[in-house]
Amino acid sequence: MSQTLFDKLWNAHVVQPETADAPALLYVDLHLIHEVTSPQAFAELAARGLKVRCPERTVATMDHSTPTWAADLQGQRRYASEQAWEQVRTLMENCDRHDITLHDWDSPNRGVVHVMAPELGLTRPGMTIVCGDSHTSTHGAFGALAFGIGTSEVGHVLATQCLLQRKPKTMRIRIEGELGPGVTAKDLVLHVIGKVGVDAGTGHVIEFAGSTIRALSMEGRMTVCNMAIEAGARAGLIAPDQTTVDWLRGRAHCPQGEDFERAAGHWLSLASDADAQFDRDVLVDAEQIAPSITYGTHPGMVVAIDQAVPYPADTTAARAMDYMQVEPGKSLLGRKVDVVFVGSCTNARLGDLRAAAEILRDRRVADGVRMLVVPGSEQVRKAAEAEGLDQLFTEAGAEWREPGCSMCIAMNGDRVGPGQTVVSTSNRNFEGRQGPGSRTFLASPATAAACAVVGSIADPRRLDAEAEVHIHFPSPRNMEARP
Amino acid sequence: MKPLRTLDSCSLVIAQDNIDTDQIIPARFLTTTSREGLGEAAFADWRFDDQGESRADSPLNGPAAKDCEILVAGENFGCGSSREHAVWALMQFGFRVVISSRIADIFRANALKNGLLAIEVDRDTHRWLLAHPAARLTIDVALGRLDLPAAGGGDEARSVSFELDPFARICLLEGVDSLGYLLAQADDIAKFEQTREAA
Ligand code: SF4
Repeated sequence: MSQTLFDKLWNAHVVQPETADAPALLYVDLHLIHEVTSPQAFAELAARGLKVRCPERTVATMDHSTPTWAADLQGQRRYASEQAWEQVRTLMENCDRHDITLHDWDSPNRGVVHVMAPELGLTRPGMTIVCGDSHTSTHGAFGALAFGIGTSEVGHVLATQCLLQRKPKTMRIRIEGELGPGVTAKDLVLHVIGKVGVDAGTGHVIEFAGSTIRALSMEGRMTVCNMAIEAGARAGLIAPDQTTVDWLRGRAHCPQGEDFERAAGHWLSLASDADAQFDRDVLVDAEQIAPSITYGTHPGMVVAIDQAVPYPADTTAARAMDYMQVEPGKSLLGRKVDVVFVGSCTNARLGDLRAAAEILRDRRVADGVRMLVVPGSEQVRKAAEAEGLDQLFTEAGAEWREPGCSMCIAMNGDRVGPGQTVVSTSNRNFEGRQGPGSRTFLASPATAAACAVVGSIADPRRLDAEAEVHIHFPSPRNMEARP
Repeated sequence: MKPLRTLDSCSLVIAQDNIDTDQIIPARFLTTTSREGLGEAAFADWRFDDQGESRADSPLNGPAAKDCEILVAGENFGCGSSREHAVWALMQFGFRVVISSRIADIFRANALKNGLLAIEVDRDTHRWLLAHPAARLTIDVALGRLDLPAAGGGDEARSVSFELDPFARICLLEGVDSLGYLLAQADDIAKFEQTREAA
């Protein structure tokens, strides 16, 4: 019988098949952990006198609560609170006690968990990967079954390397055609979420397919799968192909030499069979996609950047638009911006930073705008610095920080002030996500950088025209609507 | 884990759709290493203003919030982050049951692992529940049955059934978590590992 990519991954990891009475027992190849969702799981293990079953399948990084300021001359880091430090220290102790590799401050590989694991080749096609973090869906870009779990399940995996799971349904989203100039993977995935809705994927695993996906780089594919969870799906998937294989060749944890070629042969066999059936199928035309930006308080409230914001369909939408202070029937262009954040596991890889830098080259961040650029990992940081991007950003007036989640989740002290407008390359525009009372507009790195230059929401494709508009009309029209 | 067999309680209604886990517990409360002390953080930004004062207009600060163990929320409850803190906070606030027309996958899995019953109901029932705040509801976990009371306008009392994974049902009824069950499968897990290595 023909199988989907998901079927192949699932079947290869079933320890016990599901029955009416009990979920399947699913084996986990790689368990990624970080400081926020693991301490209570380790405490549970300690309370029951249990060991970590496979420390060699567990890899830790610290990213959420970690400051992005460099250490001072004494090597001290500026944690947001005593508790934040306590949390990081707890992770260090737990990893030490259980012999788990931790990429801590000294590691050249530390980074946001979903950026660093693929870079190291820890993420490979055909694997099952979990992490106490919903954006674990990112790793699906490699054709791995990867999904977020809660802290109880983190404890289950630590203790048994397995999870109890009901088999989800499958949904295929095929995107066909060529993306227009200035349209990126982020615009694509925002557009798709706007089209299918934020709960379309509930109970499903989404496979992204079609010529547009095939044409994306691995970085772009990670951006797309990263946001599968924003469409409600625990996991996103993309079939491994030559792009995947080429990207992985030579990575630290990948097999080398002949072993690699053998593995690659297996990876390429994982793609869904041509006649495989999906529970749901959606088709998206890539040519319809423009640079996209959100206007509400979930990622499905999204418009093309030059289109008018729609009228609210219900009270929830009306409330969201009131919170965001956006006016239906008008485009967002010209809305004054206070903060621009380029970072997060969605868009803080080298290509993302290059895209933002390209916009900033020979330009400056507008007066009154604070722009923060936070690389996704130490590797990204080093590569960017080798190209001089750090200098380009700082000379343009942006802040260049050390890797971490930073303003994406605003746990580490990097946050947006109450009532402020932030254009962010992250993945969630929930109320208060980037700081209590903050208003988040999600967009691509290019759009975010364009907004920083103009000082208001701007179309990256029309940057010089926008800049002119800004010069002639220094008071953007939405200004009065702001508190 | 505290067992949940039957519950007879009023409902607290928050009609908003897409209530994400950042609303249920904002990220700044996640720098903890404990599961305890999170009840105060539940819906913190909806219950308190930026001065830390209670917001009078929040139903979560009203008298019903103290008594009601059932939360009825708009569609797609619990979307967003995987933080189990959301479940801990809701339970420590006093909820044992959450009802919506759709509940996000990770939230639901987390809820059931802690003895918080997350129920999806059909659209009609959902609409009725949203329209009748503080309704007295009874829930029978073993039967998978939710009883709605009679209401004005000719609404008769009625029962609706809800789906619950049989495994999760047993865990709830017995008050056991699933780690014990998983640990008991150690032999099968070891066998699986050996077979794979041999391959
Ligand atoms: S960057 Fe943001 S979304 Fe990604 S893991 Fe960190 S907090 Fe989560």
